[in-house]
Amino acid sequence: MGRVVAALAALVLFPLIAPTFYVYVAALILVTALLAMSLNVVLGYGGIYQFHHGVFYGVGAYAVALAITKGGWSPWIGFIAGPFAAAGAGLLIGWFCVRLTRLYFGMLQISLGSLLWTIVLRWYPVTGGDNGIHDIATPVALRTVGGAYYFILAIVALSVAALYLIVKSPFGTTLQAVRDNPQRCEAVGVDVRRHQLIAVVIAAYFAGVAGVLYVALERSVFSNMLFWVLSLEVFVMCLLGGWYTFAGPIVGAAIMVALRTFAGRYTENWTMVIGVMLILLILFMPEGVLGFALQRLRPAPAADEG
Amino acid sequence: MLRVDGLHKSFDGFRALNGATLRVDAGSVVAVIGPNGAGKTTLFNLITGHLRPDQGSILFEEQEINALAAHEVCRRGIGRTFQIANIFPKLTVFENVQVSVLAQQRKSLDLFHRASALAIDETSAILKDTGLLGRARRIAGALSHGDQRILEIAVALGSRPTLLVLDEPTAGMSPEETAAAMALIVRLSRERGLTILFCEHDMDVVFSVAQSIMVMRQGRTIVQGPPGLVRANREVQEAYLGVNDA
Repeated sequence: MGRVVAALAALVLFPLIAPTFYVYVAALILVTALLAMSLNVVLGYGGIYQFHHGVFYGVGAYAVALAITKGGWSPWIGFIAGPFAAAGAGLLIGWFCVRLTRLYFGMLQISLGSLLWTIVLRWYPVTGGDNGIHDIATPVALRTVGGAYYFILAIVALSVAALYLIVKSPFGTTLQAVRDNPQRCEAVGVDVRRHQLIAVVIAAYFAGVAGVLYVALERSVFSNMLFWVLSLEVFVMCLLGGWYTFAGPIVGAAIMVALRTFAGRYTENWTMVIGVMLILLILFMPEGVLGFALQRLRPAPAADEG
Repeated sequence: MLRVDGLHKSFDGFRALNGATLRVDAGSVVAVIGPNGAGKTTLFNLITGHLRPDQGSILFEEQEINALAAHEVCRRGIGRTFQIANIFPKLTVFENVQVSVLAQQRKSLDLFHRASALAIDETSAILKDTGLLGRARRIAGALSHGDQRILEIAVALGSRPTLLVLDEPTAGMSPEETAAAMALIVRLSRERGLTILFCEHDMDVVFSVAQSIMVMRQGRTIVQGPPGLVRANREVQEAYLGVNDA
């Protein structure tokens, strides 16, 4: 708890000492971290291969963008509606996918997600196609980097707290049991598919929250948010940070966004840096960066605390 | 309590079950024996809803359960263990049993409470009963093989079954572990009034524990009856007991 308060305090004070660009990067890391954490609910805790998680991020972002630009909604109402649109997409896609297991789940999810991406890309009059939607009329208070940063920090903190409570709830414990052994779960009376579907919907909801926050920060949406490459990056963030730990995806997101931003300045081939890091990770830290650190800090069976 | 009649099941043309029948009376301990490939595990998987029969009927407490999914069969009161230790390896011993108790209490989908505060008493009681309380905080995957098998029984108890189906509960155990496990099973049956259905290769175990024995061969039931009757059955002697030198 002490460490959480310290981290929050540091994040609150950060804009007071850091240059604007760094505040912007920190905000982007927070948004991406929430996206990765939402994926990890299904991936790390549920053992569900949700390969195309970015779709829900995109749906959340496009929903709020369209609600404001086409629907003329108040941006605040749009912010609330965005995650529900993402959860609806999660329910729809998940309903089909939970009928399949493991890799087949992932393959069908990529297919259905890519279908949505194609719609967004081709439905020019509504979505703007590959141009995306720009200059979205977000609330005036959020139009400075500092304002957006504090808004994002508050929502991410609340969301992370909610996710923490969810994974520690009976639902969360049972979800981990489903991950470890679905057959055994059925034999003790757990409806495995329904459990997985609810996990997908929850993950989609929080991915939608991240999508909304992206709009708050950038005032733009792009069709690439629904492209599978972004989903792959988010997947890698979970592995990189440690998918069996609660906070691992935050670490993974920070590493990936920082690398893209700073290594990207010196070379266009920053993905090569990621590639080399992944190889090292698989060889030396299969539990991810945070998983590795936790194992070193407290050996023995306490690892379940994550 | 359980009546199985004329059960058939084929896999890609292979007849795993070819007319199996079984009677299990409430409160009894019933064993199923037969050579490898006789269809014992298939029979258990059909009873517990992990597979669907092609033909035949399964009545549990006078109601047909043929078409129920595994989690629905469990909710009717049939718990089970598997041939290969089948636990939640990354969870603690306590959480393993707790997941089962939470499912029994219909709290699996509860998002708004802390799991660490729920079902504590019930879970602890089961762990105490099975002698695992001292290892409650251990990660289940790190237990010895024998303890993992006992944990499986504890997990099955979490769903408060009236009928407990055990698929080779002592497979891979040392003689001492086998004796302890069977003593536990018999004690559970007596103290909790549990009906037990199990299959087992060790004939000494079967004939010392079971009140009724059903013998299978090539997917078919040869005979079912008390140990003395089964031992005296000529077809059983030819088919099975003689071969295995029991």
